[in-house]
Amino acid sequence: MTAPLLEIAGLTKAYPGVVANDAVSFAIRPGEVHALLGENGAGKSTLVKMIYGLVRPDAGSMTLEGRAFTPAEPRAARAAGVAMVFQHFSLFEALNVAENVALGMEDPPRPRDLAQQIREVSETYGLPLDPDRLVGDLSAGERQRVEIIRCLLQDPKLLIMDEPTSVLTPQEVEILFHTLRKLSAEGTAILYISHKLEEIRALCDAATILRLGKVVAECTPREVSAAHMAELMVGKSLAAPARAATPPGAVLLKVTGLSLEPATPFGTPLRHIGMELRAGEILGIGGVAGNGQDELLAALSGEARTSPGAIALAGAQIGALGPNERRRLGLLCAPEERLGHAAAPDMSLTENALLTARLRQGLDRHGFLNWNGAQAYAEQVIAKFDVRTPGAHVAARALSGGNLQKFVIGREIMQAPRVLVVNQPTWGVDASAAADIRQALLDLAQNGAAVICISQDLDELLEISDRFCALNEGRLSAPRPARGLSMEEIGLMLGGAHDMHEADGEMPHVPA
Amino acid sequence: MMGIDPVTLIVALIGASTPILLAAIGELVVEKSGVLNLGVEGMMIVGAVSGFIIAINTGSPWLGFAAGAVGGAGLSLIFALLTQYLLSNQVATGLALTLFGLGLSSLMGEAYTGINPPLTPDLFPQALRDIPVAGPILFGHDLVIYLSVLLVAGVWYALRHTRMGLILRAVGESHDAAHALGYKVIRIRICAILFGGACAGLGGAYLSLVRVPSWTEGMTAGAGWIALAIVVFASWKPWRALIGAYLFGGIAALQLRLQAAEINIPVMFLDMSPYLVTIIVLVIISSDRGRAALNAPAALGKVFHASG
Repeated sequence: MTAPLLEIAGLTKAYPGVVANDAVSFAIRPGEVHALLGENGAGKSTLVKMIYGLVRPDAGSMTLEGRAFTPAEPRAARAAGVAMVFQHFSLFEALNVAENVALGMEDPPRPRDLAQQIREVSETYGLPLDPDRLVGDLSAGERQRVEIIRCLLQDPKLLIMDEPTSVLTPQEVEILFHTLRKLSAEGTAILYISHKLEEIRALCDAATILRLGKVVAECTPREVSAAHMAELMVGKSLAAPARAATPPGAVLLKVTGLSLEPATPFGTPLRHIGMELRAGEILGIGGVAGNGQDELLAALSGEARTSPGAIALAGAQIGALGPNERRRLGLLCAPEERLGHAAAPDMSLTENALLTARLRQGLDRHGFLNWNGAQAYAEQVIAKFDVRTPGAHVAARALSGGNLQKFVIGREIMQAPRVLVVNQPTWGVDASAAADIRQALLDLAQNGAAVICISQDLDELLEISDRFCALNEGRLSAPRPARGLSMEEIGLMLGGAHDMHEADGEMPHVPA
Repeated sequence: MMGIDPVTLIVALIGASTPILLAAIGELVVEKSGVLNLGVEGMMIVGAVSGFIIAINTGSPWLGFAAGAVGGAGLSLIFALLTQYLLSNQVATGLALTLFGLGLSSLMGEAYTGINPPLTPDLFPQALRDIPVAGPILFGHDLVIYLSVLLVAGVWYALRHTRMGLILRAVGESHDAAHALGYKVIRIRICAILFGGACAGLGGAYLSLVRVPSWTEGMTAGAGWIALAIVVFASWKPWRALIGAYLFGGIAALQLRLQAAEINIPVMFLDMSPYLVTIIVLVIISSDRGRAALNAPAALGKVFHASG
C-alpha cells in the first residue's frame, strides 16, 4: 500500500449552534477515487472547504504528502496541488472560456498561449472546448468542462469534485467517468462528493460516510449495495414511494404551440411546446439545466404571458392570464429557486403561506388580511409535511433547504390544486425529505390532480412519473411511458452527449 | 448657423465635457466591480470645493487638482465603509452621499465665494497652438484634459487586456464565484470605489478651477447625474462614455452660442437640449438590449456577504 497523499486527522469546525465537522479523519492515496457521502448538512461541504482553504478548521490537522497542510486561502491550496470543481458559483457567464480559466489559475500564461494550452488539454482528455466562447452560451456539461480544464491545467495532485454529475445527461456522465479514470490512472487522487450511490459504486475505490458532522462508516463501494450505503447515510432504512395504479382521467391542461422569447440574454427560448396532461397523472419533464426549464415554468405559472390559446386549463384559455387568475382556476406552481422565487427569504412562514394561498384559502377579506387564518394554514402545512422549524413565525431564510422545500411544496399541495407544476422538487434535499416530497406528489395525483414534475434527477422522474418528456434547447419531445424506459434511451431523448467525444476517439454508443 | 466657428466650438466642447468624462470613467470602473455609487454628484462637488480651497491657499492649481481627487476619494471612502463593511444599501447610501457632499461643500466653501483661482496654464507652447484648425483642437488644452483622455484609454486597456481588469470584471460579474476562487471581493471593490471617488473629485476640481472658474454653491448642477446616465447608456464601455460626455459637452457649448446668437428658439429648450440629445443618442446606441445587458456587470448593486 502506498503512503497516503492526503491524511486528515480529527478535523473539527463549529459554527454558532452547530458542529459542522466533529473530529473527522480519513486518508486518500495517490490515484484513489474516494467518495464522500452524506445527507445535506452532514458536513461534506465544510470539509472540502477546509481542504481547499476557504474555511479554517478549529482543531485537527491535515497532512499532504507527508508535510503539514494548512492552506490559509484557496491560492495556497492550489499552489500545493489541490484543485476543486465546484457544484455551482464559480464560473462567470459574461466572460469567455479562456478568461474563466485564467481566473482560476495562479500564474496564467499570455492569452494566446493559454488558448493553446486549453485546446491541448481538452484534446488529451476528450473534453472539446473552444476558448473564445462565452461561458453564458455553453451547456451545463460544457461549463463543467471549463471547470475541469481549469483544474487540469495546474497538474493537481488532488481533484475535489462536488456533485459533478447532477447536471449531466447519462452519456455525459459516462464520458466524465472516463476522464476521471484516466486521471486516476495517471496518479491524481480524486475526492468525489455525490448523492448518487450507483455512480459511486461504479467509480469510487473507497467511501467515507458522514452523518451530522461525524464519520459513521467507511466502506468499499463496489462491495456493498447502494441501499446499504443509503442506510448508513440516513441512519434508517428508506421506503420507496408507493402508489396504486389509477387510470388517467380527462385532459386538464393542454399546451399547444407555446413559444416564448427568454427574459434574459442567457435564457433559452421555448419553441412550439405542446403537451396534454390528464387528471391523475404525473408528467415528468427531464432535461439538463438551462434547456428552458425556468422559462417553461414561468409560462405555465403566468409569470410570462403567452397568447391566450397556447395554454388551456380544463378547456378555458389561460395563456394571457397572470399568476393569480391561474391560481384561482387551480393551476399552482412551485419554482426551483426556493429563496427569492418560491419563498421570500426575510418573511416569516406565515407571510409566505399567505403570499400564495391568499386566494384559494380565503385569507383576506375586502383587502384586509386574515392573519389568524394565515398562521393556522402555515401551521397545518408545517404539521402535515413535517417541516422542522420552531414555528410559523420563523423567517424562510432560517430553514434548511430541505425543510423549506417541504414547506413550499406542502403549501401548494394543501391548496388542493387541479394542476400542480413543480420544478426540481427535491433539488438539494436529503434522501428522507426527498422521499416524503415524492410521496406527497404521488398522493396528490392519486386524488385526481395532474402534476408536472420538471427535474434533472432522472431517477426521481422514473420513480414517480407516468409519462416522460425531455426538454432540450427549448423543445419538448413527445411523451413516452416512463415505465420500462432505460437510462440510455432517456439520454438520447435529452439530446445525447452534446457533441462530447471520449478521449480514445470512440463515439458514445448510439443505436442506429 | 452664422457666427459660430466650428474650431472654437470643438475647443469649448472638450473643456465642457471633461468634468463629466472624468466622473463617468471613474463611475464606470466602480460599476464594473459591481458597485452602484449614486454619490457621484456629491463626490464631484466636494472635489470642486477642496480643490478650490487648496489652490487658493497654495496658489498652485496642480495641488488644487490633487486635493480635489483626494477630497472625492475621501468622501467615497465613507461610502465604501458603509456599503462594503456594514453592508448598507448602495442606492440609499449613494443618495445620502450626494446630499451630504452638497451640504458639506457649501459649508467648506462659505468663505471662498467670489474669488478667482490661480490660472491653469496650457500645456503646449503658443507656436503649436497657432497652427490653424489642428492647433487649438489638438494642442490648445491644459494637462487635465489630456489626462482625462489618457485615463479613458488606460481604463479601456486595463479592463480589456490586464489581469487586474479581468479580476475586476469577474468580481462585478459574480462576487460569489470570485470569492470561491479566493479573490478578495471587498478589497477589490473598495479600491474601485476610491478610484471612482478620485476621478469624480478631479472632475469637480476641474469645474471650479478651470471651467467656471470660481466657487459657487451647488455649482456641479447635475453633472454627476449626467455622468451616471452616461455610464449606463455607454453600456459600460470606456470609449462610448467618451462619446457620450463629448456629445453632452458639445450640445452644451453649442446651445450657449445659439443663445448668444439670439436664435429664435426659447432659451428653456436650448437649456434642456444637452440632456435630451445625450440621452436620446445613447439610448439609440444601446438599444440592442441583449448586447447591453451582456456588458452590464451582473452583480451590480448586489450586497456581497462572505459566507465561509
